[in-house]
Amino acid sequence: MPVSETNSRLIYEALKRCDIRLMSAVPETWLVHLIRMGDEDPDMILVRLAKEEEAIGISAGAHFAGVRSVLLMQNHGFLAAINGIVSFAHLYKIPLLMLISYRGSFGERDPWQTQGGNVTEPLLRALGIPHAFLQGPDTLAQRIQGAHALAESSLQPVALLLTRELMWEE
Amino acid sequence: MLRIDCLRSVYSGLESCLVVTIMGAVAAELQSLGHRPNFFYLQHAMGLASSTGLGLSLCLPEQKIVVLDGDGSILMNLGGLTTLARYRPNNLVHVIFDNESLLSVGGFPTATASGTDLEGIARASGIPHVATLRSVEEFNAAVTHAIQGDVLTALVAKVEATGPSTYHTDLALLENRFQFQRYIQSLASQDRRPTRKG
Repeated sequence: MPVSETNSRLIYEALKRCDIRLMSAVPETWLVHLIRMGDEDPDMILVRLAKEEEAIGISAGAHFAGVRSVLLMQNHGFLAAINGIVSFAHLYKIPLLMLISYRGSFGERDPWQTQGGNVTEPLLRALGIPHAFLQGPDTLAQRIQGAHALAESSLQPVALLLTRELMWEE
Repeated sequence: MLRIDCLRSVYSGLESCLVVTIMGAVAAELQSLGHRPNFFYLQHAMGLASSTGLGLSLCLPEQKIVVLDGDGSILMNLGGLTTLARYRPNNLVHVIFDNESLLSVGGFPTATASGTDLEGIARASGIPHVATLRSVEEFNAAVTHAIQGDVLTALVAKVEATGPSTYHTDLALLENRFQFQRYIQSLASQDRRPTRKG
């Protein structure tokens, strides 16, 4: 599978340096290595979800308990989680570190991903969610650390968009 | 069976638990019995009270977590029941008040009014202990037993579709949220306190 294991490892190590101890995920192609790394790590609580909105409640519970968490989802999963983001994370000021695979953007060959790609960034802006791209291996650790710091200090959701050039090796 | 009578019957037993409720009548009625810092009322995000309970129970295995859910809310997150069952935290008690109605928006019937069986759904999802309760005595006994036990439990309480006259209280959402977090922090600092040997 041409998902980059090398860059997935870099992302995982950056998350560990942020003291992330709970990872929730719905399986998606670009996330397979990250989910496996969470599964194999005895110090990581991995929660495999039925649907992404559950992750908002789980991360809120983890936050109340003093445990830092990360949410892995495809951008269509982000769409599925929006009510939870607005009426829980925003309403109750819950920090969320969301890693969202940015399907349906340049280079996408799966027709079914393309509509979600069109609306991802406009929706992040409409929701007022600070976001940035993870594009290159040289900058990703700093951006993950920065996103995590902002989520914790501002008590709000922050998103990092995982790009094709980082996650996919043609 | 009235929900307020169910809540009153287990109120003292909730003192030692972390309690997460849904919005509407459950939140208002529990507050009417007396707010405590270990109660968190999720006043929107229908369906996510049980997911919040799962996050708490996985991160705080020494604490007992009680979720006070409802039929309208759980029907919005049936997938979450399968996630609960998958991780099967033995410190979580999931109470579902089933009044077969979306009471707070005018009493529109939910699917449980036409035969959907939440106990059956919970059992088939893989929740190891499930029951449906129809009297306050049964409810009190089942909740008390589940809090003292160590098996993930889902308890469906069939209650009448009546509630308080208002859903508003004087507790601000953020005040409740930060007080709840502080309460959990105080538990952790108590745990870290060295025991005196004498």
